[in-house]
Amino acid sequence: MPNFDYEAPTSLSSALELLGQPGENRPLAGGTDVIDQLKSNRRNADLVVDLKRIPELLNIESNGSGLHIGSAVSCTEVHNFTAGNGGFAALAEASELVGSVHIQNRASVGGNVCNAAPSADTIPSLLIHEAVAHTASASGEREIPLIDFFAGPGQTVLEKGEILKELVLPTPSANTASAYLRFIPRNEMDIAVAGVGSLIEVDPSTNVVTKARIALASVAPTPVRAYAAEEFLEGTKIDADAIEKTADLAVGSAVPITDVRGSAEYRKELIRVLTKRTLTICLERLA
Amino acid sequence: MSKKQIKTTVNGVEHEILVDSTWTLLETLRDQLKLTGTKEGCSNGNCGACTVMVDGKSSCSCLVLAPEANGREITTVEGLADHGHLTPVQDAFVDNSGLQCGFCTPGFMIATTALLNDNPHPTENEIRLKLAGNLCRCTGYDKIVRSVQDAAERLTKS
Ligand SMILES: Cc1cc2nc3c(=O)[nH]c(=O)nc-3n(C[C@H](O)[C@H](O)[C@H](O)COP(=O)(O)OP(=O)(O)OC[C@H]3O[C@@H](n4cnc5c(N)ncnc54)[C@H](O)[C@@H]3O)c2cc1C
Ligand code: FES
Ligand code: FES
Repeated sequence: MPNFDYEAPTSLSSALELLGQPGENRPLAGGTDVIDQLKSNRRNADLVVDLKRIPELLNIESNGSGLHIGSAVSCTEVHNFTAGNGGFAALAEASELVGSVHIQNRASVGGNVCNAAPSADTIPSLLIHEAVAHTASASGEREIPLIDFFAGPGQTVLEKGEILKELVLPTPSANTASAYLRFIPRNEMDIAVAGVGSLIEVDPSTNVVTKARIALASVAPTPVRAYAAEEFLEGTKIDADAIEKTADLAVGSAVPITDVRGSAEYRKELIRVLTKRTLTICLERLA
Repeated sequence: MSKKQIKTTVNGVEHEILVDSTWTLLETLRDQLKLTGTKEGCSNGNCGACTVMVDGKSSCSCLVLAPEANGREITTVEGLADHGHLTPVQDAFVDNSGLQCGFCTPGFMIATTALLNDNPHPTENEIRLKLAGNLCRCTGYDKIVRSVQDAAERLTKS
């Protein structure tokens, strides 16, 4: 473990001041990624800044501008808040998949995003729900569409001293459904070989898709959107054939590698199958 | 090495202690407070041997920094029994042979207690899913699941 100092500021401004100081200063939310990375010397730190005493980062609420998720809100709280209210089903599903209950009780959705693993389970559901990352640093605030937030495996566009403040997801229309599925070789506690989040908005009188969002995990250096599949599906009447064609197109957006978890070819096939399944679940949810 | 003065309540007892910023809560519990019931298995969040409650929520103490415990209430396996009287969860594990070597047991005690606080009547699937963060190399899990089911019944009756 590197030899670091620890601070737990109680206001955003003091956190930003600490993080802006010279040195390697690391935000800490749930710590389920970063503590292990520090222990195994995969990350260094001079100062760890705990964000869990800053009230505005611990807030989750729904209001006129959508769902606001403070960056330090735990997966358990995000799941409890989104499960059952329907609008953000994919996020409710994904936040319940991150590790075990003990992990979810501490791990934040914001930390899942900032850790920027291509396999991160909550990111596809945030992408299909068009999340915007609101960031803050001593020099000001930014709003970054989440799709532009990732720069590579483990890399974000955050600058030194800049943190994710909250994720804001617009409230979906009543004719919208979403779902997230990942494939792992066991039932729980594993890293996604591949994951797919799908969201569709369907005109109930014609069954024509008015909006489609499909995002993929573990098949590229960053989480990606399946734009070609989305474009095909929008304006199309949804049925089994359309779902089949959309799933084939989604595979084209996957540029996976072969590693211990699966071959590139296997991952592409998973994207096809999971796209089909998530879209089918969306249809069932709309029925 | 930077030290932090923290105040934390462990099993109902308040401690004011000096901890190293880089220590985990697990190290502080075991090496500083001598509460060795909590075990270290993997040290990376996968095995659950180190499970404790932090403000009532089950957590892997190997993935919590000691200074994070400041102002929090921690419950370890030593805090479950009341003056030697085992809790219904502990009794159920004893009576159903929910353990063999016992290394995983403190983690299962905390995880099961937290699970039944949240959901007093879990199905077998829910039990297996919600306890997936606790690994056992000995029992094959069946007797653990039966212990949890029995504990749920005992708690309903009591
Ligand atoms: C046993 C185990 C199982 C796991 N299973 C899964 C799984 O199934 N799926 C999955 O996706 N992940 C999994 N993870 C990984 C991890 O739990 C998640 O990525 C989690 O959401 C990280 O959140 P955290 O709050 O713990 O982040 P932390 O570890 O606190 O932080 C993660 C990174 O983000 C930075 N950071 C945190 N908050 C901010 C902020 N507000 N602004 C800027 N930077 C910030 C930190 O400096 C660090 O680099 C697992 C981890 C463990 C230990
Ligand atoms: S020692 Fe903490 S989970 Fe294994
Ligand atoms: S009883 Fe030996 S590890 Fe569970």
